[in-house]
Amino acid sequence: MMAEIGLAALWLAAALAGLQLAAGSLGLTTRGAALGEAVRPVAVVQGLLALLAFACLIYVFSVTDLSVKLVALNSHSMKPLVYKIAGAWGNHEGSMLLWVTVMGMAGGFVALVERRLPERTMLATLAGQAFVSLGFYAFLLFASNPFERLSPVPVEGNGLNPLLQDLGLAFHPPTLYLGYVGLSIAFSFAIGALITREVGPAFARAMRPWVLGAWIFLTVGIAAGSYWAYYELGWGGWWFWDPVENASLMPWLAATALLHSCSVLASRNALRAWTVMLGVVAFSMSMIGTFLVRSGILTSVHAFAVDPQRGTFILALLAIYIGGALILFGLRASSVTEGERFALVSREGALVFNNVMLSAILGIVLFGTLYPLVAETFGAKVSVGPPYFNPMGALFAVPMLVVLAVGPLLRWRRDRFARVSKNLVIPAMLVAAAAIGLLVIGSVALLPFLGLAVALGLAWASLLPLKGRNLRRTPLPIWGMVTAHFGIAVALFGMSSESAFSIEKLVAVKIGEVTQVGPWGVKLDTVEPVAGPNWTALEARLLVRYGADGKVTRMLPQSRSFWAPPQQTSESALLTRWNGQLYAVLGGEAPAAGNKDEAKSDAGSDQGRWQLRLWWKPFVPLIWLGGLLIALGGALALAGHVLADLRRINLRSKIAYRRERQGR
Amino acid sequence: MSDTPPHRAPRWAIWLPLVLFLGFFALVMIGLYRPADRNVASALVGKEMPRFDLPPALPGRPGLDSKVLANGKPHLVNVFASWCVPCRVEAPQLGELAKAGVPIEGISVRDTTENLQGFLEENGDPFQRIGADDDGKVQLALGSSGVPETYVVDGKGKIVYQHIGEIRPEHLGLLLGKLQEAQQ
Repeated sequence: MMAEIGLAALWLAAALAGLQLAAGSLGLTTRGAALGEAVRPVAVVQGLLALLAFACLIYVFSVTDLSVKLVALNSHSMKPLVYKIAGAWGNHEGSMLLWVTVMGMAGGFVALVERRLPERTMLATLAGQAFVSLGFYAFLLFASNPFERLSPVPVEGNGLNPLLQDLGLAFHPPTLYLGYVGLSIAFSFAIGALITREVGPAFARAMRPWVLGAWIFLTVGIAAGSYWAYYELGWGGWWFWDPVENASLMPWLAATALLHSCSVLASRNALRAWTVMLGVVAFSMSMIGTFLVRSGILTSVHAFAVDPQRGTFILALLAIYIGGALILFGLRASSVTEGERFALVSREGALVFNNVMLSAILGIVLFGTLYPLVAETFGAKVSVGPPYFNPMGALFAVPMLVVLAVGPLLRWRRDRFARVSKNLVIPAMLVAAAAIGLLVIGSVALLPFLGLAVALGLAWASLLPLKGRNLRRTPLPIWGMVTAHFGIAVALFGMSSESAFSIEKLVAVKIGEVTQVGPWGVKLDTVEPVAGPNWTALEARLLVRYGADGKVTRMLPQSRSFWAPPQQTSESALLTRWNGQLYAVLGGEAPAAGNKDEAKSDAGSDQGRWQLRLWWKPFVPLIWLGGLLIALGGALALAGHVLADLRRINLRSKIAYRRERQGR
Repeated sequence: MSDTPPHRAPRWAIWLPLVLFLGFFALVMIGLYRPADRNVASALVGKEMPRFDLPPALPGRPGLDSKVLANGKPHLVNVFASWCVPCRVEAPQLGELAKAGVPIEGISVRDTTENLQGFLEENGDPFQRIGADDDGKVQLALGSSGVPETYVVDGKGKIVYQHIGEIRPEHLGLLLGKLQEAQQ
């Protein structure tokens, strides 16, 4: 029953999106102006219906209604409740439903609260939002219906990939989706502004909170995803330049550029056409990324392959939306004047540099992600990895970070470098000191070397905008900027330190044997079987000690076997200290030891040797701490802008009230 | 570049994003309609079968030693598991191949005796030998990225063809052809 309600809600929501598109477009004409009134309420109801459909899907997953095909394929009655719920979006159909739900809710929210822009622009924006939603509704209803029934009803479901049975990951995709789809609002705003030719500071101010909000979710999502890959995959790496990761990085880069150009447009009325184009590009990157991942065109493990039909459908949507928006941009951009001018050395100049560098990095990541496809077209098979991405990315990232240290100190419009240069003496000295220190240590590769040196200088320089200010009166957006820039320095330090100073050790040890990794002594105490709700595991107890006289701490890495579906995963154990993390993975019993079939039964005996993989990674948690600081900075800036808006609305209504009373 | 940026972007620059997108579109269209190439081909195609000696997966049925494969006749080696749904789908086709006299050897990945027995009772049993690959090591050594996968091995133990995914009725001709080639 719930499945049918969900499907009905989805159809209704799609119909309302059609109505919203029609009413919004007709509302722009003089004859249909009355229809414009309907657009906002329709947008709100459309969002609520999409939410209802999503709630129904969560319900059928939480009760494991196996008559629904999607549940039977992706869930299992023996699973903990939280993973049953997470299973609702851990698959293609469910995640597409989540996509339209977020899109509908965001559209409804804009319709409800955004009153600053001219009504015509708002109508065009909401019609644009409906147009985009409509395509995704069609995709869900015709090509990937999440509520399809199954007959006969199977006795048990297929289960959820055990790698995905992890609390962090359960809430990771929704976070990313909020980011991806939040950018759809920026996209719609850009379309609305292009149609009505109203590109100006008001447009930027209306768009900025949405970009910021989406960007915060993207930042958190990327950081969380990276941490998940780090501890769950058990490979000790935190970024693999995998297409799935790149798919989330590309919208982030575009949104970061958009965020900065938005603030130029909002405060200085410059970079108009560029900001509109970034608004289109940011959401396009979300769609392209999702398409690349979902169509299976890049990932080619056949257990996961999706039929090309679906890929073609999404590709058609991409062609309509991205192609259409870019044609509109091409037609209208020439009539959008460039706006205010500025000198090269100015805040705007620095932000333009930042935008160009971010776009270059975006291009590099996109090209690297697509290159295997290009090569395949010419009959070669390649995979592109860190040897391409790292140096090419750094080529543009390092100059950008240097400018980042200076840019926030510059004035708008025109400035002299000499005015700010004395502030930069200390950061420059920090960079020099770090460089000398690293040269003395020696044997640090070029990229981590640059990273460490720049990170130190940047950390100091990022705090400089607070200098000479009354800290209690400093506006929240400034605090946000400082926090986010400081976060970049922190994350950069973590990344560089991880790649410069990590120590890896792969050993086969007997019970009771002690091995040394970096400053840690690691003793394998026992290996014992343990059982969880839907898995069994071998768990090693490691007694570890930092230095010669540190406290002894336990670590419990596991090698888990799930039975539905059967799969093995390794649960790494992490021990965090202020200066880094010790990372332990339990492998199998070393192959030399007798019949492998009996390995499980005599796990406790002292005959066997166990494979352990150990890493000491100095300062690695700073990567994610930095990521969180960046997101926190975004949140501060968002809060600042929203509070200022509320204050303005409040003030305006007070003035209106007073006028009314005086008029009496 | 004293007074940047220029007052208005040049015309071609405005259309540049669209041109780039069209390039992307064309590329992806080509990629999407070449489904044959979207598989992870094992690097072992054209090479010797890796050496292995798997214990029997079922009592009363020999296990699989890779030496058997080099007995002068072409073989099919089928990597499967009772827990794998596509393996059920391909079972009738394997049955037909077995009826046609093709020697089929099984590698049973991460399975239990009871489940395997049930699977064969339900879906038919085309296998001459079944080796138990309980930790997936042989599967990994074969460069197989999942189940099911089927390898055509010639009489000298060389892998001549790798079929990824389930064998559907339309693949039978292809496989028989490959077996024929392997004979020569």
